[in-house]
Amino acid sequence: MSDVAETITRVHREEWARLVATLARRCGDLDVAEEMAAEAFAVAVERWPLDGVPPNPGGWLTTTAQRKAIDRLRREVKREEKHREALMLTDEDPRPLGAIDDDRLRLLFTCCHPALAVEARIALTLRMVGGLTVPEIASAFLVQESAMGRRITRAKEKIKVARIPYRVPDRADLPARIGGVLTVLYLIFNEGYLASGPGTGPVRADLTAEAIRLTRLVRALMPEDGEVVGLLAMMLLIEARRTARVSASGELVTLDEQDRGAWDRELIGEGHALVRERLASGQPPGRYQILAAINAVHTDARDVRDTDWSQVVALYDHLARLDPSPIVRLNRAIAVAELDGPEVALAQLDGLPLDGYHVFHAARADLLRRLGRSRESRAAYDRAIELAGNTAETAYLVRRRDQLAPDDAAGTFTGSGAD
Amino acid sequence: MTQYLMSVIYDEPGDPTATDAESAAIDVFNDRLQADGHWVFAGGLGVTDTATTVDARGAEPVLTDGPFVETKEYVVGFWIVEAADLDVALRLAAEGSKACNRKVELRPFLEP
Repeated sequence: MSDVAETITRVHREEWARLVATLARRCGDLDVAEEMAAEAFAVAVERWPLDGVPPNPGGWLTTTAQRKAIDRLRREVKREEKHREALMLTDEDPRPLGAIDDDRLRLLFTCCHPALAVEARIALTLRMVGGLTVPEIASAFLVQESAMGRRITRAKEKIKVARIPYRVPDRADLPARIGGVLTVLYLIFNEGYLASGPGTGPVRADLTAEAIRLTRLVRALMPEDGEVVGLLAMMLLIEARRTARVSASGELVTLDEQDRGAWDRELIGEGHALVRERLASGQPPGRYQILAAINAVHTDARDVRDTDWSQVVALYDHLARLDPSPIVRLNRAIAVAELDGPEVALAQLDGLPLDGYHVFHAARADLLRRLGRSRESRAAYDRAIELAGNTAETAYLVRRRDQLAPDDAAGTFTGSGAD
Repeated sequence: MTQYLMSVIYDEPGDPTATDAESAAIDVFNDRLQADGHWVFAGGLGVTDTATTVDARGAEPVLTDGPFVETKEYVVGFWIVEAADLDVALRLAAEGSKACNRKVELRPFLEP
C-alpha cells in the first residue's frame, strides 16, 4: 500500500465517527450524514494521491462533506424546510474541530437506542461509528449484503420518522442507556471472539479489534464510567489470549492447555492496570468490572496450577449477586470443579435451564469424564457438538469425545489411574 | 413536535373493559397529559364483536360483521399525544401502559 493509501485508511479509522457525528448534528439526518461522509472519503481517495494529503485531514473532510451536503440540498430545494437546512449547514460551527467529542457520543447513543432491535443497533453502530462498510458488516454476521443493507436502512428510517433524538440521554436515563451501549460493544466483541457458523474462521480478529477500538473511544468520551473501563479491561485480557486459544490445526485450546508464553504481555499489562484502577476507586464494581477481575486472575497465573481458584469462585459469587442468571451459575460451577472437585460442580449444574447452550453440555461432559462416567460423558459431548456453532469448539469437542473409551469398554479403566 | 399514536393492546381472554381502579388511574394520567401539553385526543373502543368491516373499493360497499382479522391481540383504545421526540413519547407510553394496565404500541404519525 502506498503512503497516501495508508494515510487514507488511518484517517478513515480516526475521523469517520467524528465526521458522521458532526454532519448528523448539522443537518439532522443520519442518512445524509453517512452518505456525505462516504462521498468526502471518495473525493479524498481521488485527490490526495495527486494533491498530497492536506495538513488537517479531518478539517478537509468536514469541509468537503459539508460542501457536498449543501450542493445536494440546493439541488433538492423544493420546500422551505430544505432552505433552512441548507442555511444551517452554511453556519460556521464556532467550536474547533476536535473539541466536539460529544457529537460522537450523541451518535453512539442514537445508534444504540433501546427502541431499535439489538441486531439493528449492532449493525448501525458498526456502520455509523465504526465506519465499516455494509458488505463488511454483512460478512461479519454471515448475513446477505442486501439483507444487512435493508436492516441498516430500516433503522435509519425509524430514527428519522419516529424521531429518535440525536443527543446524550438525560442524567436519569444515562446509566441504563450506557448499559445498552456496552451491550452492543460486548456483542460485537463476542461475535469476533466466538464467531458462529461453519463458513467463518473460529475467531474474527477484525471484529474483536473493532470492538476494542470502539470501547476505547467510549472510554475517552466517558472516562468516569467504571463499567466502560471494566468492559475494556475484560476485552483486552481476552484478546491477549486470542492467538493461544486456537491451535495450528484450528482446534480450540482450553485455558488449562494454552501456551501462556504466547499470551500478549502488553495487552495483559494494560488490562491489569485498568482492573487495578477500578479496585483503587473503591466504588462497587458492576458486572463488566467483575468479569475483568476474573480474567485478571486467570492471566495472573504463569501456570494453570497457580490459578487462584478460590478468588475466581469468590468473584463469581459477587457476580451472581448482581446477575443471578443460569449462565453465571454455570461458569461459577466450572470454577468450583477446580476448587472442590467435579462431583460438587456436577451437582451445581443439575437443573440449570441451559439445555440449548452447548457450553453447559461441554462442561457436564468434562466433569462426567473426570468422574469416569464415560457413557454419560459421551452423550453430553454429543449434545454439545450438536449445539456448538464455532468450528474450533466443535473440533475440540469431537476430539475429547473420541478420546473416551468405547461404550462397551466404559468403566473398565475407572479408578485405575492409568490415564 | 411530533404526534404519536399510543394504541392500547389487549392480549388476554375475556372482558377487556377497564376496572374501576384502572379507569381512575387513566383519569389521573389524562389530566397530567393535558397539564403538560402532550394531550391531543384519546378514546376507548367497543369490543371487536361490535366492529363492521366496510369495503367500498368495488361498485357497492360490502359490509362484513366483525373485524377483518381475528387475532389474539386487539386494540381497545388509544391516545394521540404530542411529544418533542421519541424519548419523551416512550416515557408517556410507559406511564400510559402502567395507568391502563395494558401494553401499548407507540407509532409516529407521518409528517404532513
